[in-house]
Amino acid sequence: MSKFKKKPKAEPGISTASLPDIVFMLLFFFMVTTVLREQDILVEQRIPSATQLQKLQKKTLISYIFIGKPKNTALYGVEPRVQANDALLDASAIRQWVNQERDMLPEADRGLITISIKADKEVKMGPISDVQSELREADARRVLYASIGKVQKD
Amino acid sequence: MGARKKNRPSQEVNAGSMADIAFLLLIFFLVTTTIASDKGILNILPPKIDPNVPPPDIQVNERNIFTILINANDQLLVEGEYSDTKNLDVKVKEFILNFGNPTDDEAVQLFNALPPSLKALAKRLPESSDDPGEAVVSIKTNRGTSYETYLEVFDLVKKAYFDIYAARVNLETDEYRALTGKDDAEVSLQDRGKEGIPMAISIAEPDKLGGN
Repeated sequence: MSKFKKKPKAEPGISTASLPDIVFMLLFFFMVTTVLREQDILVEQRIPSATQLQKLQKKTLISYIFIGKPKNTALYGVEPRVQANDALLDASAIRQWVNQERDMLPEADRGLITISIKADKEVKMGPISDVQSELREADARRVLYASIGKVQKD
Repeated sequence: MGARKKNRPSQEVNAGSMADIAFLLLIFFLVTTTIASDKGILNILPPKIDPNVPPPDIQVNERNIFTILINANDQLLVEGEYSDTKNLDVKVKEFILNFGNPTDDEAVQLFNALPPSLKALAKRLPESSDDPGEAVVSIKTNRGTSYETYLEVFDLVKKAYFDIYAARVNLETDEYRALTGKDDAEVSLQDRGKEGIPMAISIAEPDKLGGN
């Protein structure tokens, strides 16, 4: 009689002592992998791939410029546009933007400012070269064509 | 009495090691995940044109320029011949290391210091470059050329140069490219690779064809 009664009692509760650990682990994982992006990307970004990638030693010197077809075509049209910071820019505003970015760097590093051009695959060379000639005018001559690694087929 | 004890709630699993496991996993992810990559192909643009100073009139022999034209249909014209991106890096390498007519003693010394694998590329053709110091690779596009194709070609030209640099310091190309110059040893490796062979890639202003 008593044997039958005891059975349901015998459930060992799963220990929750490790739950905080697991939660912290997940937290750390997401902290590490997520990219903190303080800006919405307003243009399409399918980065082309290349093999000869280089890494810059100092990431603080890099400023990003995004080029691609606007995501919101109803508002901005279908022609490729240039985005820097949070807004779409005209080519003529790039010079001012570069100067702002340069002013944020410590004085010794100002000559080394590098512009990372994150351009969509579909963009034509026309807009790219417009941006480049503006960068030349702004004397920000180090340009990094952002690209992802390509698997080499031999 | 003894039979009853057996059915007692079992002992709790020891949770003491849980933290260790968690840290192990955490470290694993820390090591394996790559945070937003800042990788890319570096290009140094030419300085801006001063309207008051006329552009310098530099006379470069046509044979010292390796021209790559890419049209709005993403077709390639390499040294006047219809071509594709296949083996383009090899062609560029052969052009740079042609040593058709070394202009001075330095170029001869440069040639003598090259490893045998690179010496083998020197075909000494009269219609190709005089020596690596003179050689220029020129890429010209239309405004309608796609960025992807341009980057592919630019990538291959860079590969040709990096292959040469790496071979001079006995490194794999990937190893050479990974050098960031963070200490003196790396800087000296980089400099030894580059010495006498400047990476002369000229990006011409695209013409208006096929784009806006």
